[in-house]
Amino acid sequence: MTIRMVYFAWVRERIGTGEEMIDPPASVVTVADLIDWLAKTSAPHAEAFENRARLRAAIDQDFVALDTPIGAAQEIAIFPPVTGG
Amino acid sequence: MIHISVQQSAIDIAAEMTRAEAAGAGAVATFTGLVRADDGVGTLELEHYPGATEAALLKVAEGAVARWSLSAAIIVHRVGPMHPGERIVFVAATAAHRGAALEACAYLIDRLKTDAPFWKRETRGAASSWVEARDNDHAAAARWE
Repeated sequence: MTIRMVYFAWVRERIGTGEEMIDPPASVVTVADLIDWLAKTSAPHAEAFENRARLRAAIDQDFVALDTPIGAAQEIAIFPPVTGG
Repeated sequence: MIHISVQQSAIDIAAEMTRAEAAGAGAVATFTGLVRADDGVGTLELEHYPGATEAALLKVAEGAVARWSLSAAIIVHRVGPMHPGERIVFVAATAAHRGAALEACAYLIDRLKTDAPFWKRETRGAASSWVEARDNDHAAAARWE
């Protein structure tokens, strides 16, 4: 299952790209599993994802908790806590 | 009436007020946020999540309209680079009476701060850093739950 990953703010900067297509194994069930799996794919991913408490996520543009199953997600976003307004 | 705009261009208060007043009710409450020059900030840059941002702002506005029976809710947020003193955000709530308009206005800005995917980066001289989220923003948003 191919998923479009999108990254924002310092997560995007640390990874070095704003988006990428990935194909995680079936053992990846939740967003947290996906983060664990991605962190093993490269040093920049590991650095971007080193502190889980500072990461937030959205599945198909809806904010979700990190323990949410990814299901049939087409787009998953990982980003820092928001700072608008 | 709900109006949402995420824009690069400057916020035209007069045009937004005209829009708020055209809804025709008895009271309009507004909030305008300006870029602060905290500790010598020269440039503030706003990044956002296109599509998700507009959807999040629409949800906030719909929540306010339903809760306070507003005749209008307006949210305008700038993105891209801006400078101290410039308007970064404008919200307006139009209702029959001031109580509902004032409460709804506070709700719009409080929820926007925690529910919409924007990220601020400050530049001071040659150094730039991402702004950290503040716990008191979450406390402000939580009081509406």
